[in-house]
Amino acid sequence: MRRAFILLRRRLIGSIPVLLIVVVGTFLLLEAAPGDAVDAYIGTTGGDAGLIESLRQSWGLDQSAGTRLAAYLWSLAHLDLGYSVTFSRPIRDVIFERLPNTLLLMGSATALSFGLGSALGIVAGARPGSFRDRFLSIGSLALYAVPGFWLGLVLTVIFSVQLRWFPSSGIETIASGKTGFARTLDIAQHLALPVAALGVIYLALYLRIMRAGMAEVWRMDFVLAARAKGLSRRRIVIRHVARNALLPLVTMLGLQSAAMLGGSVVIESVFSVPGLGRLAQEAVSSRDTPLLLGIILVCAVLVIVINLVVDIFYAVLDPRVGASEEAA
Amino acid sequence: MHRWFQDWSLPLGTDRLGRDVLAGLFHGARTSLAVGLASAATAIIIGTIVGTLAGFIGGLTDEVLMRVTDAFQTVPGFLLALAFVSVVGPSLFVVVLAIALGTWTGPARIARAEVLSIRERDYIASARVIGMPPLEIAFREVLPNALPPVLALSSVIVAAAILTEAALSFLGLGDPNRVTWGGMIAEGRTVLRSAPFLSIIPGIALVLTVLGVYLAGEGAVETTATRRGRS
Repeated sequence: MRRAFILLRRRLIGSIPVLLIVVVGTFLLLEAAPGDAVDAYIGTTGGDAGLIESLRQSWGLDQSAGTRLAAYLWSLAHLDLGYSVTFSRPIRDVIFERLPNTLLLMGSATALSFGLGSALGIVAGARPGSFRDRFLSIGSLALYAVPGFWLGLVLTVIFSVQLRWFPSSGIETIASGKTGFARTLDIAQHLALPVAALGVIYLALYLRIMRAGMAEVWRMDFVLAARAKGLSRRRIVIRHVARNALLPLVTMLGLQSAAMLGGSVVIESVFSVPGLGRLAQEAVSSRDTPLLLGIILVCAVLVIVINLVVDIFYAVLDPRVGASEEAA
Repeated sequence: MHRWFQDWSLPLGTDRLGRDVLAGLFHGARTSLAVGLASAATAIIIGTIVGTLAGFIGGLTDEVLMRVTDAFQTVPGFLLALAFVSVVGPSLFVVVLAIALGTWTGPARIARAEVLSIRERDYIASARVIGMPPLEIAFREVLPNALPPVLALSSVIVAAAILTEAALSFLGLGDPNRVTWGGMIAEGRTVLRSAPFLSIIPGIALVLTVLGVYLAGEGAVETTATRRGRS
């Protein structure tokens, strides 16, 4: 446990400059956008030059970029992300309303891809070079080449339009008034296709890593010793080989979280899931740059937190990590 | 709108506006491949330069550059590309740059790791002794030798770039003056129930192209590896 805390503290300290760079960088990028919040507001409500001037002054948009950056950083320190013109609500409320849906989608998709991917990887790696192995390897390569949004559309055509097993959009039946277990089932039914689309793509990655890892571990001495001891094949595969091949996969979990957040943007658009990804697309289409900035920040924090959790988990799994620091 | 395999002059049919799907596939291929190759090249160039500078100079420069790399890696690449295209405006050049901004960190890290091991070698020490300026050493001696592992990654980067470009076009952020497979899929979405082939065909083209790029890259890596191993 102490190892974990040492690691945690070091990572947290290291992530502050990264977050700062993300904030400043994104702010400067969005500064380059033509027009600002006042233009967006006037675009929907209309007004004359005098109104524009007074709005600019009251919203603090006539000050220099540096002043506004400082003001933004100050409000960030108070966890205030600004105000969204499109939704007429504080950005923090809008984002945190949508965040649970994205987390649910991402979490389920990660569980699917990690679980199924590593299981299939174990099956493929148990007998390297066999027909099973080749079939799964080629299949995983083909899967990796599939665009996520297209897979989502194909799944919609097959399962939603033709077979009518699953609904094609949304996260739950609107105004159905369901609670408890019925609501969970409803959400699960709505999320089945998006989770499948998002999870199947990254499944291929975990499959290949697991298989490659197992091919590595098979050659190691302790496996030879286990076989010499006369352990059953199944026991060797699961308790000795797979367990050690699991470690690179755990690292991958953290790295893939950023990619999966990006992937959820498109999947949520295809399936109209009200999550963070679709919010980003709405922010882009309505030119609501403060909202986009807030989303990018929240996503960056999310990625850092996920990576932290994964690193701690890895340190718990692998006794070699951080041992030298603990001894010091 | 013609369905596919109805009329032999329009083998894959047309969309709602009467545009030939087969022609769209060919034109979309140009855009996808052009963007894929260009953005991968840009990402590799940016990444290699940053990685070489960070690894070779070391010290504070290395720290700063690595923090910047971390920052770019923390923000999801697609989200960054989305923000960039929405700020600057959709055009082919901007899309290429946006995708490159999301993918340059991989080559940068690999290049830096290679450079860290290369700079201890004897020929670098002798270059220093004969008085070569450090930047010249970095770009004439170190960088070419750090390149092979980065290039091994290039097919993966091209494949990912093609997929990202398709996703950007699907969301309507691609170049509006060009036919793209992602755009075709998005347009087919409106008639998904009655004419799913309009969305499915460009997707199959994408899968085959990306698969082809992967396999070509793996083949190239294997060929160069065996050649080096044999000699």
